[in-house]
Amino acid sequence: MDLSAINPVLLIASLMVAATPLLLAAIGELVVERAGVLNLGVEGMMIVGAIAGFAISVETTSPFLGVIAAALCGALLSLLFAFLTQFALANQVASGLALTLFGLGLSALMGQSYVGVRPPAMARLDIPVLSDLPVVGPILFSHDPILYFGLGLTAAVWAWLKYARGGLVLRAVGENHDAAHALGYNVVRVRVLAIMFGGACAGIGGAYISLIRVPQWTEGMTAGIGWIALALVVFASWKPWRALLGAYLFGGINVLQLNLQAAGVAIPVEYLAMSPYLITILVLVIMSADKSGAPASLGRAFHASH
Amino acid sequence: MLRLEKRPQPSRALSLSTPLIAVVVTMIAGGLLFAALGKNPFEAIRTIFWDPLFGEYAFYYRPQLLVKGAPLILIAIGLSLGFRAGIWNIGAEGQYIIGALCGAGAGLAFYPSDSVFLFPFMVIAGALGGWAWGMIPALLKVKFGTNEILVSLMLVYVADQLLAKMSLGLLKNPEGFGFPGSRNIADWESATSWIAADYGLHWGVAAAMIAVILAYILLNKHILGFNIRLSGEAPRAARFAGVNPTRLILFCLGTSGALAGLAGLFEVSGPSGQVNIDFAAGYGFTAIIVAFLGRLHPVGILLAGLLMALTYIGGDIAESQLQLPAAAIQVFQGMLLFFLLALDLLTNYRVKFAIQGAA
Repeated sequence: MDLSAINPVLLIASLMVAATPLLLAAIGELVVERAGVLNLGVEGMMIVGAIAGFAISVETTSPFLGVIAAALCGALLSLLFAFLTQFALANQVASGLALTLFGLGLSALMGQSYVGVRPPAMARLDIPVLSDLPVVGPILFSHDPILYFGLGLTAAVWAWLKYARGGLVLRAVGENHDAAHALGYNVVRVRVLAIMFGGACAGIGGAYISLIRVPQWTEGMTAGIGWIALALVVFASWKPWRALLGAYLFGGINVLQLNLQAAGVAIPVEYLAMSPYLITILVLVIMSADKSGAPASLGRAFHASH
Repeated sequence: MLRLEKRPQPSRALSLSTPLIAVVVTMIAGGLLFAALGKNPFEAIRTIFWDPLFGEYAFYYRPQLLVKGAPLILIAIGLSLGFRAGIWNIGAEGQYIIGALCGAGAGLAFYPSDSVFLFPFMVIAGALGGWAWGMIPALLKVKFGTNEILVSLMLVYVADQLLAKMSLGLLKNPEGFGFPGSRNIADWESATSWIAADYGLHWGVAAAMIAVILAYILLNKHILGFNIRLSGEAPRAARFAGVNPTRLILFCLGTSGALAGLAGLFEVSGPSGQVNIDFAAGYGFTAIIVAFLGRLHPVGILLAGLLMALTYIGGDIAESQLQLPAAAIQVFQGMLLFFLLALDLLTNYRVKFAIQGAA
């Protein structure tokens, strides 16, 4: 066992990379849930985003086109969920599960010819002086653009929900859809747009895993990150900045356990590998006491006739 | 302009026929998918749905129907109880794995015993293992209000890692030349769940039948079943009627865990034969589709489980004969759930044509 092999600077830098897919998916789901919809299909949209982004990147040799394709595919898949829950008024839990099961199968089908292929690398930020600074350089100034996009998105979503008129309407729909409807807002349209936003975010998060974090394609490679993102939204009490904090916490735990595996700690690999999931449960238990942040209409179906 | 009007009562006729319509629609959509993959859709559908039952080698495939159907039905019966009450256990896969580990472990501890009590002991251990794994989300929900969906699902990944650890460590066959995996339990006379392997009969099939009957009685004749249905359909009324939600959560999650654990034990000591890394085959997730396709009704689940088993077997045949990718069947099963949920609209709502503006 050699713990000194773990470099704290690299640890923080890779923590940020590990946290980004979680953050993207969680921010997307946060907006969906603030609109009063519980979409359990995050895992399915992520994995489809992962393979769609991967395939398009490989075919076009442009990782950016891949990320855009992943966002589109995620949004497209989420439309299925939107149709089921908003127009066919199906149960949201069941529809979300269906989306995840379908997405896992679809991604395996799409990804058959991409196993073992290497994707084109995405250029990292490289600012002459700043990126070369010790400690601060690798942590703040030498990441891929999507990571910064994730941070920017967090800030944008926070500001939009807090200050923009659209954000206020979205929150009204999520808190009390009947009142929002009575005020003349189109509840279904707001929710469909929110669901599509969530799908696009999950898609980008998935593509981040297959293009940057890993980078390769294997079946079922999201390995529950979509589900952890759902837990993260609860952890964050539906607040964007807390989602960022939570994502970095989870990213940190994951990177730390991988580093401990590599350093050969006396704990068996399997027990280390299950630690992120156990910690997710622990966090859920701690956070569940306070449900005051939850949107009041979360998970309830809306039909104008009710 | 289409307008939806809520039915005062869900249509019974449509409630019974939508699963059938969903299957037909899925076959059409699936045919299009197979055509897009460059396969003859009619041949693919025939290979999946007809050949296992009536084809040339049907005598070999028919018993498989019981082997694949039994765990699906057993798990789905348990899940349906919770789903009816709005308690969502989606971690049956984990409970299935832990049931198999506990049951197989309990048996292997006494290797090579030939006691007649060995198999019953394993059954109890398997059921208890699954029950305990299901009680974790139940207790956390009751004590702390934790979301059971997320906790039960997280525990699947934990169980997966435990399975890997056990098949490489504690339960590894000491005479296995270092290969991962436990001793073969299926060949061990006093511990196997097989009754007649040639006919696909093992104790899991018997347990599935018993579960269907008991669930039917519970839901239709017992106050607990009534309370389960009441909590799902009218939660407010259930509270006024004094239904104890804590008891219901513990019962539903515990029972579904125990049934999933049993399914795992019967599988590991019969069809699968040993504890190994690749033991988990996704039955716990497919059982969710089975439960919905069967309308959360015991008899419906029995039929849905057999149908889903058919798609597994037919999918295997189509994979070897038509080189249809295995994932295509997974997509097919996912589509089935989609169409089913979409068609449910017709059960609860009437679609009316209305002149625009009149509404």
